[in-house]
Amino acid sequence: MSDFNTNEMMTVAAARRLGNGSVCFVGIGLPSKAANLARLTHAPEVVLIYESGPIGAKPSVLPLSIGDGELAETADTVVPTGEIFRYWLQGGRIDVGFLGAAQVDKFGNINTTVIGDYQAPKVRLPGAGGAPEIAGSAKKVLIILKQGHRTFVDKLAFITSVGHGEGGDHRKRLGLPGDGPVAIITDLCIMEPEAGTNEFIVTSLHPGVTREQVIENTGWQVRFADEVTTTEAPKAEELAALRDLEARTAEAHGQKGGDE
Amino acid sequence: MAEILSLREAVERFVHDGDTLALEGFTHLIPTAASHELIRQNKKDLTLVRMTPDLVYDLLIGAGCARKLVFSWGGNPGVGSLHRLRDAVEKHWPHKLEISEHSHAAMANAYVSGASNLPFAVLRGYQGSDLVKVNPDIKFIDCPFTGEKLAAVPSVRPDVTVIHAQKADRKGNVLIQGILGVQKEAALAAKRCIVTVEEIVDDLQAPMNACVLPTWAITAVCVVPGGAHPSYAHGYYERDNRFYQAWDPIARDRETFTAWIDEYIRGTEDFAQYQAKVNGEAK
Repeated sequence: MSDFNTNEMMTVAAARRLGNGSVCFVGIGLPSKAANLARLTHAPEVVLIYESGPIGAKPSVLPLSIGDGELAETADTVVPTGEIFRYWLQGGRIDVGFLGAAQVDKFGNINTTVIGDYQAPKVRLPGAGGAPEIAGSAKKVLIILKQGHRTFVDKLAFITSVGHGEGGDHRKRLGLPGDGPVAIITDLCIMEPEAGTNEFIVTSLHPGVTREQVIENTGWQVRFADEVTTTEAPKAEELAALRDLEARTAEAHGQKGGDE
Repeated sequence: MAEILSLREAVERFVHDGDTLALEGFTHLIPTAASHELIRQNKKDLTLVRMTPDLVYDLLIGAGCARKLVFSWGGNPGVGSLHRLRDAVEKHWPHKLEISEHSHAAMANAYVSGASNLPFAVLRGYQGSDLVKVNPDIKFIDCPFTGEKLAAVPSVRPDVTVIHAQKADRKGNVLIQGILGVQKEAALAAKRCIVTVEEIVDDLQAPMNACVLPTWAITAVCVVPGGAHPSYAHGYYERDNRFYQAWDPIARDRETFTAWIDEYIRGTEDFAQYQAKVNGEAK
């Protein structure tokens, strides 16, 4: 299967990281798309939790908002938002937090708050939402976003949600319970934290992507693992499931969903 | 006992300039009609509290009703920015907007502790986040039993909470179904609570363990069919995604925004007239 685009590769690569039966706290947009693709392919028993309250949501199309009605209708149960954060997330019951970001740095810290000075912002972004505590308390975290030197930056203007902080064991010293981000999945590659430093290094290049492309699209001096693998191209059934999901979503909403 | 009133009378009597106000509803049951009425009555200097400001607060901020915003995620869901919120924060239009910015977990906890009549909420959160540096309302305390460092934020205690729900009975008991967000907590944290509903029925037929707010715990019930549009009311109407998209160009410029609220909100008597006008033009 060679006929796929880089966004499809990103979504498929991210979906593969979700194990069947794992309990996943899902952000809206790209994370929701990848998590639902996982549910529709190799992980039918994955439990999707959305911060609006649905636990075990099984939507037939991608939600446009974090609280679409279909999430509630298809869920095993719908609980108040306070309960989601208190009992289920803080309670330690989330295996994987699946997050998007406006910007990340080399330690997997996330900015979704502001570009420029907080008090006199150049660009005001939507803000934290559920991410700081998802990043803190989920047992592990996956980050998905498109790669570019304005999104993969050397220094974040604002740390909204902590990945590995200043690197090394900083996260542990901050008292964050979960293991933090274990992968950043982009349209070019997969990065994983290097043992010891917890700096994200490239461990897998997507098919056809060169090291130079990754370097050009990263705002820090990106490093590569000793052995860089090539990401397995999307399988026919993965692509078919993804394209069906996108087509159903477009038909239902009049827009694709999950690309912001 | 809740009084059954028109929305106009409820807002006139129970919302005052300078009040702290929470219009809650997480994507679902967002009390849009109430935001319109606040603009018609030209309420001023409001402190607006809401996890997701959404279109309701974009309206109130752009209309000049807000002095301060307490929030945790300020985007147009599925579309992009809230342009009136951004313009107020970035360019101080129509005037400077003070912001107190949190995470969802902290806001949800702050409503729970408000409803629980406690002064603050405690959570395991915010460690390492720069939000701590820019919001003096985020502090850390030591657990008196284990010594663990935990985050603390002040409870949300609104003067007035407004929520939308599916139905009330004739006594004013309210049933909420579907995605609940923090509506129950916001209602119980407030001094006064106004509930707009799709309809009033003889019998709520509430299943056991349903989310029912008893009439004696709220202040006023107002029948406003469609009052949560463009969000949705589960069992009544779906989310109007196209309106959220259409809002983007309306709110993008000050002139188009002001013309829109002059025409559709200030230029109509109530939400029913607003709906007739918007729907008439759509046909």
